[in-house]
Order: sequence, then C-alpha cells, then structure tokens
Amino acid sequence: MSAHRRRSRVAGRIARHALLVVSAAFALLPFVWMVSLSLKPPDEIFQPDFHLWPKTFHGVENYRVALTAAPMLRFLLNGVFVCAVIFALQLVICVPCAYALAKLRFRGRDTLFSAVLVGLLVPPQALAIPHFVLLYVFGLLDTYAALILPWIISAFGIFLLRQFFRSIPDEIIHAARLDGLGEFEIIWRIMMPMSAPALAAFGIFSVVAHWNDLFWPLIAVRSEDISTPALGILLFRDDEAGQFLGPLMAGATIIVAPLLLAFLFAQRRFIDGLATTAMK
Amino acid sequence: MAEIELRGIEKRYGEVSVLKGVSLKIQDGEFLTLVGPSGCGKSTLLRIIAGLEDQDAGEVSVGGRLVDGARPKDRDVAMVFQSYALYPHLTVFDNIALPLRTRRLSFAQRLPLIGRLLPGRTGIERSIRMEVEQAATMLDVAHLLHRKPGQLSGGQRQRVALGRAMVRHPTVFLMDEPLSNLDAKLRVQMRAEITALHRRLGVTFVYVTHDQSEAMTMADRVAVVIGGELLQVGPPEKLYRDPQDLRVAEMIGSPKINVVARGRWADDRPILSAILAPQTRHLAFRPEAAVLTTPTAGLPGGTVTDLENLGSDIFVHVALRDGSETVVIRTAPDEPRFSLGCAVGLKVDAARLMQFDEAGRRCGDIERVAA
Repeated sequence: MSAHRRRSRVAGRIARHALLVVSAAFALLPFVWMVSLSLKPPDEIFQPDFHLWPKTFHGVENYRVALTAAPMLRFLLNGVFVCAVIFALQLVICVPCAYALAKLRFRGRDTLFSAVLVGLLVPPQALAIPHFVLLYVFGLLDTYAALILPWIISAFGIFLLRQFFRSIPDEIIHAARLDGLGEFEIIWRIMMPMSAPALAAFGIFSVVAHWNDLFWPLIAVRSEDISTPALGILLFRDDEAGQFLGPLMAGATIIVAPLLLAFLFAQRRFIDGLATTAMK
Repeated sequence: MAEIELRGIEKRYGEVSVLKGVSLKIQDGEFLTLVGPSGCGKSTLLRIIAGLEDQDAGEVSVGGRLVDGARPKDRDVAMVFQSYALYPHLTVFDNIALPLRTRRLSFAQRLPLIGRLLPGRTGIERSIRMEVEQAATMLDVAHLLHRKPGQLSGGQRQRVALGRAMVRHPTVFLMDEPLSNLDAKLRVQMRAEITALHRRLGVTFVYVTHDQSEAMTMADRVAVVIGGELLQVGPPEKLYRDPQDLRVAEMIGSPKINVVARGRWADDRPILSAILAPQTRHLAFRPEAAVLTTPTAGLPGGTVTDLENLGSDIFVHVALRDGSETVVIRTAPDEPRFSLGCAVGLKVDAARLMQFDEAGRRCGDIERVAA
C-alpha cells in the first residue's frame, strides 16, 4: 500500500519535472539557438541539418565583427547610462510619491491614487506621439534626454512601492518622527532600506524594460553616438539577410549577456533581501 | 518640569467620535496608566500627547507649554510601541543612537560618506557611543549592540526600544501597550523593570494598557477610559474600592466585580441593612465582600457551579437561586469547602456593597466608602 503510494508519488514528481523541463526548454530554445548561430560561419547557418555546435568554429570571427563593425561598446555604455539614469530619476520621483500615497493623510489622496492606477493602464505606445512632439518643441530630439525624460515618472513604480510601503507598520514611522527624523529623512533612512526587495524588483522591471526597448529609441534617436544596444543591433540588419546573421546573433548575445550575468549574481541577494525584511 | 495637561481633547475619525472631551492633569514624575478596553481611544490619546495625531478640539500642554501644532520631536517626549517599532535594517547600536544623531549632528554631518569627513563629527560620535553604551548596560543589552533587531527575542527587543526612548533623556515617557507582545512570565518581569526604570529616571510616565492588572500593579494613578470618555482617575486602590461608574468597577479587579440587578434577590433582603437609594438599579460587590454559608432562610442563596482553586484562594462560582446571574466569591483554602452542586447561602458585607443607578453612575453610599 505505502510502497504503491510512494511509487505513484515518485511518478507524479517525475511528471511534474518533465513538464517543467519541457517548458523551460521552450523558453530557452531561442537563446540557445541565438548562441549557436553566433558561433557558426555564414554557409553553415543555412544548412538544412541542424547542429548545436558548429562544424567549423566561426565564433571568434563573428564576435570580432560584432564588436568592431559597429561601436558595440559605445552602445553598451549608452545602454548602461540611459538605464541607470532612468532608474535613478524614477526613484527620485516614485519613492516620495509612493510614501505620500501610502503613509500621509491628505485630501484627495485616494483620487490621486486612482489617477496612478489609470496611468498604469495607459500603454506607453499611446504616448509616443505626444512625447515626440513635446521633445521636438523643446528641441531635445536625438539627445540622451529624449531617451530618458519620457520614462522618469513610472506609474508602475509608484504603485508597486506604495503597496510595499503600506505593509510597513505606521509605528515605525511614528517612532522615526519622535526620534526627530524629517519626512524626507524617513524616506531615505527608513523606508528605502526597509523596502530593498521592492526596490530591487522595481529595478529589475525598469532596467530590463529600458535595456531591451527598441520602440522608443527608434523614434527618438537617430545618431549612432547615443544609440542604445537594442537600436545599435539594427545596424547589422541587411535586407539580403545572410552575410551578417552570425555577427548579428553575436551582437544580440553580447547585449543580452550583461542582464543575464547581473541577475545570476543578484539572484541570491534578492532572495536574502526578501528574507531579512520579512522578519520584523 | 514635565507635567502634562489635557483640556477638552476631542477626536473624530469621520463620523466616529473617538475621544469626547477628555481633560486630565498628569503630575511631574508621575506614573499614570490609561486603561480601557481596546478601541476606547486610549492609544489615540497617547498619540495626541506625542503629537503624532492632531486633536479636533482641546489643548495639550507639556511642562506648562502649549504644544498644539508642535512637531513630535519638539515636544521632548519619547514613546515605546507595542510592536517595539525598531528599525529592522539598523543594528541595536544604531537604533539607540538614532535619536541622538538626529539631535546632535547637523544636516551636513548626517550625510552618508561626506558627513564623516566634516569637523566635529568624530567627537560627537564618541560621546554618542558612550551614552548608547551606558543606556545599553543599564538595560542589559550591551552584548547585543552589533545585532539586528530580527536576531533578538521579544524581551530583548523591548529593552532596546526602552533604550532608544531613554537615551536622549526625555521628560515624558509614553508607552503604548509595551508588554502585550511578551509571554506572561516575561511580562511580569518587565513590569517590575519598567517601574524600577521609572523610579530611577524620575520622569513622567504615561502608560497605556488594556490589562487592568498591569494598570493596578504599576501605576501611581490609573485613568479609566471607556468609549472615548475619561470615567475616573485615581490611585489603583481607590478605583478598586470606590469606583464612580459601573464600567470602572467592571474594568478594574480580577475576577470581575459581581453585579446583580436590583430586585433579583428576594426583595433585596441581604442588603436591607444598607439603605438603598431610590434610583439604585444595580448592586455590586467584590468577590471578597461576601462569605458563603450553609443555606439560610432570609439570605440569598444558590448552587455552586464552578470552583477555581488558585492555591492561595478558591473562587467559588454560585448561580443565584432566583436569577440568571452567577456571582464569584473568594474563599480562603482553610475555610469550609463547598463542592460542586452544593446549595449555599450568601452573606454580603453591606458596608462593601456598591449601588449604581440606571446610567451606571454610583449612587447612595459614595460618601461612606470614600477614602
């Protein structure tokens, strides 16, 4: 009886894992393919038979082209700069907003919060043209500002942080006021460190979204100098599609790599962060 | 000098009136307890004194100075919270040091990194370190200074919270149910520590609790708040012996005072000797104000339904013969024992019988008992 049950439990576990493996493989396959293609010579890419590993290793050549044919390093630095500034400014704006919406009592607070929720529903594409016109009026098109300014107010960030701040007990804030901290100091010294997991989660969303964003840079920017990685990679596109596919995939691998590495490193810290703040 | 004076404090949350004109004077150096059932407004009153909430009407003065509209940090009060409200990301040392740092360091000196380089900071930090260590030693948490609050037990967190409150030498200590998250044994121990702390510091303590035994054992004076009203203020024994309101009588004392509606006992015969006031509706007596006898004609009586033996006392629950009420009588273990289901008579000490009118106000015999 118990042996039977144990066997069926093991079977269930195997089935579960099999399902997970299949879905993980589905998610990973494009990446694997990308890496695989980035290592192959052009003639091998279009061969009908599929090899994960190339017969003739062409990786060095592909990556050399990817790094030298276009200013890839420049794109990467642009990406880091733009993402970092966007996230920093988002914090400067979202954190005080979220604090006010979560912890201060004032007239119209609920209405304002509803406005934030509405903001959450508006797709960014819908605002592209107004943003474009605004930036044109201010003469900021094709600058870093054009890449950054439209994103610094994040309804999602305000919403996420507001929800998290609400879970921090009022007594902590009362204690801080009695200890002589001003409201901004409470935000900076108490709320921000206590919300590290929420800030990290928001950081992930923000950085991934803007690192990978192609839509807006395509509209706002033309110069190669300030192109972000996703925009820069388009330089490898040629209409005949063939010669440059290897370097294109190499370039794509290069721009995905920083995110992957960052999250592999940070994964543990995120979990640790969650665990420490769970204890009051 | 830090007497606290409250005049006509009112507070509403929307339609709900939480405090209805509370006036109270707390002496300098006094240990005053605000006691009441949960939701009675006692914590709100404390937060109004601290400046964490604004009253809708009335005035608060601390040390003879009106503090209405003054920010919490300018009122020279410290507060200890039920959840301790320690900063989880800071070490015990930094938790205790924070109020000193915000007061003594300038804005620039408090900035991260740059602050360290500014002149004067090292000296101030050194004196802060000394004072924090002194407070920690006094509260027996000196060995925990490098830990985070998450690594401490409830009692240790409580001590750290006390340390954070006392390190800046406030003239008023406010405590909001500081012991209710501790287990029973630790609670009794911390009670003694807090009263000892009060004696040593000699400053004004205002202590909020819903636990009447805490109120009775710790305070110089107890203020009973029920339904947003201050019903009675006085020394614990006065509240126990001479409550002015039926709700106060029921709040204070364990087991609860016995209350019997007038007329439920055959013609109120047991208290014929006491002169009942015409408006009297309820008769009340403490468990120790009556003795059990064998059933006697002319005395009220009933059946023993429960016995609680505490070792030092035995509480006998008696269901009255001619009513639905049950009364609790304290007997000493060496008195004659009554077993469950046994019929007993009840002899109430008329001098210790209290009378209350329809609205629950004391009537009839107040002057006689007044101490």
